[in-house]
Amino acid sequence: MNLALNWNALKTIVRKEFLRVVRIWVQTIVPPAIMMTLYFIIFGSLIGKRIGVMGGFDYMQFIAPGLIMMSVITNSYGNVVSSFFGAKFGRHVEEMLVSPMSNATIIIGHVIGGVVRAAMVGALVTAVALAFTNLTVAHPLITISMVLMSSVVFSLAGFINAVYARKFDDISIVPTFVLTPLTYLGGVFYSITLLPEFWQKVSMGNPILYMVNAFRYGILGVSDISISRAYLIVSIFIVLLFSACLGLLNRGVGIRE
Amino acid sequence: MHALTISKLTKTYGNGKEALKGIDLSVDAGDFYALLGPNGAGKTTAIGIVCSLVNKTSGTVEIFGHNIDDDLEAAKACIGLVPQEINLNLFDSVLNIVVNQAGYYGLDRKTALIRAERYLRELRLWDRRHDIARNLSGGMKRRLMIARALIHEPKLLILDEPTAGVDIEIRRSMWEYLRKINEAGTTIILTTHYLEEAESLCRHVAIIDDGTIIENARMSTVLRRLQREIFVISLRNPLLSLPQLDGFDYKQIDEAEIEVVIDAGHTLNEMFAALTTQGLEVQSMRNKANRLEELFMGLVDGKAAEAAKTSGN
Repeated sequence: MNLALNWNALKTIVRKEFLRVVRIWVQTIVPPAIMMTLYFIIFGSLIGKRIGVMGGFDYMQFIAPGLIMMSVITNSYGNVVSSFFGAKFGRHVEEMLVSPMSNATIIIGHVIGGVVRAAMVGALVTAVALAFTNLTVAHPLITISMVLMSSVVFSLAGFINAVYARKFDDISIVPTFVLTPLTYLGGVFYSITLLPEFWQKVSMGNPILYMVNAFRYGILGVSDISISRAYLIVSIFIVLLFSACLGLLNRGVGIRE
Repeated sequence: MHALTISKLTKTYGNGKEALKGIDLSVDAGDFYALLGPNGAGKTTAIGIVCSLVNKTSGTVEIFGHNIDDDLEAAKACIGLVPQEINLNLFDSVLNIVVNQAGYYGLDRKTALIRAERYLRELRLWDRRHDIARNLSGGMKRRLMIARALIHEPKLLILDEPTAGVDIEIRRSMWEYLRKINEAGTTIILTTHYLEEAESLCRHVAIIDDGTIIENARMSTVLRRLQREIFVISLRNPLLSLPQLDGFDYKQIDEAEIEVVIDAGHTLNEMFAALTTQGLEVQSMRNKANRLEELFMGLVDGKAAEAAKTSGN
């Protein structure tokens, strides 16, 4: 593999993806900020006052990390799935496919694009959260690393969705029927200690639970699960999903006849 | 040195359609090569395989000696593709499209910008560099795809019907441009439905039909095989009755024009002599049909007739 060639190609994809996010900021940056503001108003401010303390914190403080992570997950996924499927639909994905850059470069470039958007939206939602409650970061390294690793996982998942998608409906099915339920059931709004033992065990099969809790630990210092296990699971997902993406591109699934 | 060597290439799609049935093809470096065939013959499939946009079923493809099975990166670096369908990011600017393509081929941004200016100027798109592609005319989009394909200065340029849907003035200017880059050393493979285009530009021609190469030779050799041409003769004075041109196949088109077939057994001199004997003066004459088109139709129709005969047996 020609490293210089792939480095320049990678920079090109990242730059293109970044400019895409910025160019359509009304679609990419603003909606999550508005949605999260509504969550903070309704669940945090109005309902949260009646809920009281959860996990040793005000309800507003408790849900803030979960809502930030929720926006990171949905935006990293949404960015890659819409960008790569859009390129497939418009056939300009062929610009990349005919070029000598490696398939790994194509994947990494789009993943970085997803991570960048997730980081931008995450920062904006954090700013919104600070308007409603006080947040101090207990473990900065864990906070940052978990945001980055989680957005990598969901960027890769978005890439796989885009590879298989044949029409625009196909890129909304997974977010609607898989991602949203898993996120809502992943401990964003509650501690799983509130659940009966059986449902606690079922929840442990939800990977988003580990990301939300590890991120919450990074900010608040409390978690329902083991942090080392969270890192292990997220790392395994990254390796498995990246391998799957690479295998799909190498075989030309969904992009080559 | 061969720019492209295709050997026993087959492609069967998932629906069972056999698009390529074991084609062999060699294109010399520096050549200007026409790949012709009716719709659905397998031209775009063959190009797709060469450019890694279609997975082959079997066979080998080498580009400047680089096998696409084990040296794909080097093979791809040699090729520039202008596809049949518009495949631009219609929401991106003209400049970004070509600069990004340069980046995908590993060029640094500074070099990419210099080359982008050069090729966009040469293809008369520099003034539109900040426009988004969606706002360009059809001809401009075609020219932009050529600029994009040339930005990494490929040794082999493949154009799949590059002048489809563009007006004659732009088509002629594109021909001139393609001649220029071919003379500068770029090997060009062209598919087109404008057979005049292939006859005017290309030195070699391959005709593909139903997944099989049915003709592959120098353009001049192929055209020499034509034994028959039709001339339209405009006469100085109107005809009062149909003249007698013994030995010629001819017909009257209107009161001052006749069509005469010149086959291998006759010369133009003999035709003029016959017309003069009838007291007819020739004002002007023109070749009725594009010769290559005639040959093309003859080959394709001949193959179809042969197939029908075989299946009838």
